Amino acid sequence: MIRLLTFVLAALCLPLTAHAQDLQALLQTHEKIIAKPSRKNVTPVLDALVGSGLPQVPEFLQNWQDKEVYQRAADGLFFYADKTGKTYTLKDVSGGTEVATEVSASDIKQIKPNGGVRKVIAQYLVQFQLSDPDINRRTDALNAISRNLSADQIEPLRASIDGESDATLKLRKQRLANYLMARFGESSADRVAAIEAIAGDLSVEGRAVLSQILETRVAASQALPDGENIARQLEVGEDLSRTEAYTLLVETSGLPATISDNEIRLALESYVDGGRVAGIPIAQLDTLDARAKAYDALAASDVVPARVTQEDIDAALADWGIYEIYLDQDDAVTAAAKEAQSAVNTRVGLNQAADLGLDAISLASIYFLAAVGLAITFGVMGVINMAHGEFIMMGAYTGYVVQQFITNYTLSLVVALPLAFAVTFAAGVLMERTVIRWLYNRPLETLLATFGISIALQQLAKNIFGTQARPLTSPGWLDGAWVINDVVQISYIRIAIFVLALLFLGLLLFILKKTRLGLEVRAVTQNPRMAASMGINPDKIKMMTFGLGSGIAGIAGVAIGLFAKVTSEMGSDYIVQSFMTVVVGGVGNVWGTLAGAAMIGTFQKGVEWLNPSNTLAAQTYMILFIILFIQFRPKGIIALKGRAAGD
Amino acid sequence: MQRSFIANNPSVLWFLLCLAAFTLGVTVLAEATGAGLISTSFVKTLGKVLCLCLVAIAMDVVWGYCGILSLGHFAFFGIGGYAVGMWLMYARTEAIVVENLSARLIPPTPAEVNDAIATQIFGVVGSSEFPLIWAFADSLLLQLLLVVLVPGFLALIFGWLAFRSRVTGVYLSILTQAMTLALALYLFQNDSGLRGNNGLSGLQNIPGFEAVPQSVVSMAFFWASAVALGAGYVLFARVLSGKMGSVIRAIRDDESRVRFLGYHVESYKLFVFTLTAIVAGIAGALYYPQAGIINPAEIAPIASIYLAVWVAIGGRGRLYGAVIGTAFVSLLSSWFTGGSAPNVNLGFYTIQWTEWWLVLLGLSFVAVTLFFPGGIGMLFDKFTRKSQ
Repeated sequence: MIRLLTFVLAALCLPLTAHAQDLQALLQTHEKIIAKPSRKNVTPVLDALVGSGLPQVPEFLQNWQDKEVYQRAADGLFFYADKTGKTYTLKDVSGGTEVATEVSASDIKQIKPNGGVRKVIAQYLVQFQLSDPDINRRTDALNAISRNLSADQIEPLRASIDGESDATLKLRKQRLANYLMARFGESSADRVAAIEAIAGDLSVEGRAVLSQILETRVAASQALPDGENIARQLEVGEDLSRTEAYTLLVETSGLPATISDNEIRLALESYVDGGRVAGIPIAQLDTLDARAKAYDALAASDVVPARVTQEDIDAALADWGIYEIYLDQDDAVTAAAKEAQSAVNTRVGLNQAADLGLDAISLASIYFLAAVGLAITFGVMGVINMAHGEFIMMGAYTGYVVQQFITNYTLSLVVALPLAFAVTFAAGVLMERTVIRWLYNRPLETLLATFGISIALQQLAKNIFGTQARPLTSPGWLDGAWVINDVVQISYIRIAIFVLALLFLGLLLFILKKTRLGLEVRAVTQNPRMAASMGINPDKIKMMTFGLGSGIAGIAGVAIGLFAKVTSEMGSDYIVQSFMTVVVGGVGNVWGTLAGAAMIGTFQKGVEWLNPSNTLAAQTYMILFIILFIQFRPKGIIALKGRAAGD
Repeated sequence: MQRSFIANNPSVLWFLLCLAAFTLGVTVLAEATGAGLISTSFVKTLGKVLCLCLVAIAMDVVWGYCGILSLGHFAFFGIGGYAVGMWLMYARTEAIVVENLSARLIPPTPAEVNDAIATQIFGVVGSSEFPLIWAFADSLLLQLLLVVLVPGFLALIFGWLAFRSRVTGVYLSILTQAMTLALALYLFQNDSGLRGNNGLSGLQNIPGFEAVPQSVVSMAFFWASAVALGAGYVLFARVLSGKMGSVIRAIRDDESRVRFLGYHVESYKLFVFTLTAIVAGIAGALYYPQAGIINPAEIAPIASIYLAVWVAIGGRGRLYGAVIGTAFVSLLSSWFTGGSAPNVNLGFYTIQWTEWWLVLLGLSFVAVTLFFPGGIGMLFDKFTRKSQ
């Protein structure tokens, strides 16, 4: 009462500054709700505030949402407040002029709308934010709209399009307005036009709009449903099973429910009488037939509902049709949406195929990187190195250690790559000198000895670095992905690995075909004695070649470590696949390794595409495929011919 | 004939005598049957080692005698374990389920029992239906047949494909390794029908013998393993003696020459490969009830490589070598990894064998390959030569 009086007094005393007071006045008419808003009653108040068209409304809504509005206990007026020390400075809601200073906290009350209310306020704020000078605010507002499309956003959104200065944001606004039109447009023609515009759109949002328009419900009816927009009639046995169909009829049309085996058992149990149910001894009730007989006997004396027989179900299904009905009544719109959806799906399919192709290429380059070192040691020299995977691991750990000392990720990568090569080159040379050179021409024993080294190295890494995975962080410029559209994208790191794989291919071909070392390597592998008599030192060449192959494994380790975790077991994850790659591609040929990697990568991605949830199955089928493939081309895709084949 | 076989292979007699003495010794010292100096868990360990020795002699035949370095024989071992494990798990679950359902007023129908068993077994992988491969799980006899048939058929098909296209040497090794990897990866899936990475568990409880204490059960399995090892040893010694053994050894030494002499090399190889796979399956069927659990990690490629390691350390090309290598390395391994080996204090660093045992094993394996290709078995050669 006192408040009202003061308000009236104030209104009377200051008629000249009426405009400045208008918001306050408006607020006072809804004083109770604004001070204690709830989700249910706040909407009309917000409508009134926004409808008033006062320029200060957005600021007030923002502050209200941010819990920065205070009410003075004495007169019930609303203010914004700044806290200075222990007291508050009150500011007017219109214009922000200071009204009072050094107000103590007990004289004012902060207004704290709850989360639900704040969400509602946010929805009303969106229309103001759409034209906010701050681009981040505008983006946020668009995100808010796209999260929750509703009809009343069409007008504010459209109004803000012309004034939009940012080109991408403008495009997004137009698209969003189009989505809103497609769903909530006034006339059928408007909506169809908007839907047709979506047909060329690949985005997830656009596809979601189409599927929302095409949402259906399932209903059963004895005749064709009248006045409904029918999508299709569901065929029992094809679109849904008999049981599902009948359950639907039970739920929607009040037919008697089927009695399940379990319900029969429970019913029988409750009518046990002196060791018998309906005259049948319970010991005999251990088959479904016997139970059905007993139950029917109970049903005949009307103590339990009768069973629904298969004939009853058949009759009901013959009598009733089950229809899928669009929630949207407008059949022109749903037809257009259906057409647009199939057009979009076709394009999405094509793009997914392209995406799969990119995935396959990237997987192939990983396999190639892991296997290319083996292509030299195994393919060219014929040495089975089971510790090759551990060289990959060693390279990855080298990268990790370098990152502990050099915190700049780009620089550390620049240091790590050659260092990894050096470390694994040295390890390879050491291994060749101490173990492998005694075992040339005894390939099975090389396999075993190098396997011994592999276990030792793996455990050594575990002892030094522990069992947990270590991160190898890629530099910032390799983060993120190259997004072509909503379907096709590839992360930069995979592109980098692809480039690295290409570089290695080129480098190896160059070394093997164009350099003195390559010439000598080829000579030694083809005929060591002849090469020796031509003045080549076969020992040295073998050592260098083995070092080269191991060094490349080290670099591959850094590359693989960038996207996979560095663990002591990472090598063994790749070793079998790497050997497969070399064997499938054709031993003794770098091109063969490339072909093998491409084939395995493509095949594995292909299987994953058919059964996306299951990469284990993809790997299983890939290995089976390789086993079969080797039956038909035992020498691999690119087989060496003539003397170079070695046998 | 019998006399000449023993006379030609004195090692068979010696081996059987040693095995009998060992079995007798363990029986006398064991908890259930004797002095109680050997705990039940150690009897189980010894029984498991005997099974590993059995699969190792199979590996020795295929690698040391026939020259096929198979890196996939542990897959057959695992299949044998799975086959017997399916029955063990089914029968035990059935007993529990029937007891639970008997509390009901009305006796359960067969379908209800079946559903309850399936829910019990496959609940962990989110399924409640029996996959097709469990069709025979209710019959011990059929599952025991599968222990033999599945590894046999798999080896037959795989071997036929591989030998027919003349895949040899390291290529064959890699191919067999791929086979076991494929099988392991397949079993790791939850919808493989064998409980994914949970594997089969509770296999140490033998249905029908719940009342018998584990010490007695483990003793029975120990004896069974010893008998199987002895029988397997005699079987392989017979296969390898006589003309057939000579052909098999000749294939190892020079395959093309044997082919030119008119022998059908592929058939011999296929026979050896399949027979050893079957023996591996039987060894697995005896091993896993003692281990109590089987999961796909057991048949990862590394397991088969360890098998090759044991045989190589023991000395390939001699059956007792495989047994000695396996027993030596696997017992030493459990001693080191069990934490009972004393740590070595170097002053600046303490070597804890639980961490360093694998490094030692790897390096000593390299050393054996480089310097003692004959393995431990070579010591016996010196011994016999001296005595001659």
